Amino acid sequence: MAAVTPVATAPVAAVAGGGWGRRVVLLIAAVYFLVPMLIAATFTVYNEAQGFSLGAYGRILSAPGFVSSFLLSLALAAATIVIVLLLILPAMLAVRLGAPGLRPVLETITTLPLVVPPITYVVGISTSLREGADALAATPFWQTLISLQDENFPFVLVLAYVVLALPFAYRSLDAGLRAIDVVTLVEAARNLGASWPQVMLRVIMPNLRSALAGAAFLTLALVLGEYTIAALLGYQTFPVWIVTISGSDGQLSVALSILSLLLAWLLLLTLSRAGRKKS
Amino acid sequence: MTEVRARRTWGKGWAPAAPLLLVVAVAFGIPAVMLAVGAFTEKGAPGEPSSFGFANVTRSLREPYLGTLLSSVELSAVVAVVGALTGTFVAHAVLTSKSSALREAVLSVSGVLANFGGVPLAFIWIATLGNSGVVTTGLGLGSGLLYNFWGLALVYLYFSIPLMVLVIAPALEGLRPQWREAALNNGATTWQFWRLVGIPVLAPALLGGVVLLFGGAFAAYATAAAMVGASVPLVTLQIADALTGNVLVGFENVALALSLDMIVIALLVMAVYLPLQRRSSRWLR
Repeated sequence: MAAVTPVATAPVAAVAGGGWGRRVVLLIAAVYFLVPMLIAATFTVYNEAQGFSLGAYGRILSAPGFVSSFLLSLALAAATIVIVLLLILPAMLAVRLGAPGLRPVLETITTLPLVVPPITYVVGISTSLREGADALAATPFWQTLISLQDENFPFVLVLAYVVLALPFAYRSLDAGLRAIDVVTLVEAARNLGASWPQVMLRVIMPNLRSALAGAAFLTLALVLGEYTIAALLGYQTFPVWIVTISGSDGQLSVALSILSLLLAWLLLLTLSRAGRKKS
Repeated sequence: MTEVRARRTWGKGWAPAAPLLLVVAVAFGIPAVMLAVGAFTEKGAPGEPSSFGFANVTRSLREPYLGTLLSSVELSAVVAVVGALTGTFVAHAVLTSKSSALREAVLSVSGVLANFGGVPLAFIWIATLGNSGVVTTGLGLGSGLLYNFWGLALVYLYFSIPLMVLVIAPALEGLRPQWREAALNNGATTWQFWRLVGIPVLAPALLGGVVLLFGGAFAAYATAAAMVGASVPLVTLQIADALTGNVLVGFENVALALSLDMIVIALLVMAVYLPLQRRSSRWLR
């Protein structure tokens, strides 16, 4: 994240007379980054035929498929967040409580998803599903494989998103765990008679509140924006639906793009605000 | 406490990680293995068994597939180099400005935009420079402005430059003013300072940024896919085509071989990054 440590001294000062150069660079950057955004925003509220109208934003809720695709993405995000936290938190505690050999393993499995392009991942998944269906056709597992791909709630996407979210969850929680003395906390709680669930729920998790929130927010942003895997496996999640609707209503798809950018902004701002409060 | 822990067996300490390892093995391991196996499997004619061989991989490295692979690499390289240089200039301009509000704003905006790939990015640019975009129609520019190599590069830079700002900002802040003062007091010119001190210290972070930007542009699919009508052949689009059945009979597994090619390229590029990161962290404490 954009966690930049404040330094007391200013960085190397601009080249003498470089004030101009700096202004030019900033101006060009401002034009490049702001103009498309502003133009896209105008595009959603104005066209030559109708003049100014907020219609594109008003149409969102009633657009065919919006509610179901958005709810699907939210449900996938919720399931992914719960599962990724349930899986990784115990593993990360284990590293600190007596299995340091696990650390390189965790580092590796939380780096690989960043290196492997999502398109190649989805090729692997769809090959596995296809070959799996052939191999398991005569066994009871076939039914499991089919229900994994249920159109109303494709659990196969949750599995893929859990893998993709691991790097973000790991880094967020790692920063949180660094700030507390896990070993002492756990031993104190255990010596006072707390059970393991109590230790987790009443000692560890309250101390990791902002790290857990960070991991959840990043996962939410990831799932709400993921297109490649959902599109190629053939599910109508929110980003896939935006592309579908763009064929018939260009204004609407741009309006949704702007809204999803604002949502991402809000999530990340909340995140950095929470991070700052902690430090 | 350490005594008890040290005696714990390997298995006991690792138990809490078992569910995670199992899920990763299933959800990541199986697809990876299937991909690798499939890339080296030749589908026999209907009714005949498949056999092991390099035909798919060889095919993926010939035309028309080689062209898409090279075009992807070229686009990613252009985006990486241009993005890294621009991002560094922007970061330097922002960090040396006296306004801390500007710094905060740019860094937080960069945090959002660096993750702003995918579908929304494509639509923002289509609304601006697409065939019926506001700027295109307003200025009477021709169509197809956005749907070529440089158009796509322009769009990709929109998330690459902010990523570079985030990567290079800590390195730029680690460049101590005292080093510059020392150099200038010893009679160095500003140019000499940058050539002999500044750039060498920044080099690992710069190259690391180039690698990250390359990886991001190389793997990008959603943006290019949403910009329907783009005439740039990209390996990601080619793989998607092949995966959705848009291929000649007998070429099904070429998608797998192309994916393998992509992973190899991504891994090679990453292999450059990791040692660099270690080197830069030595100076920037």
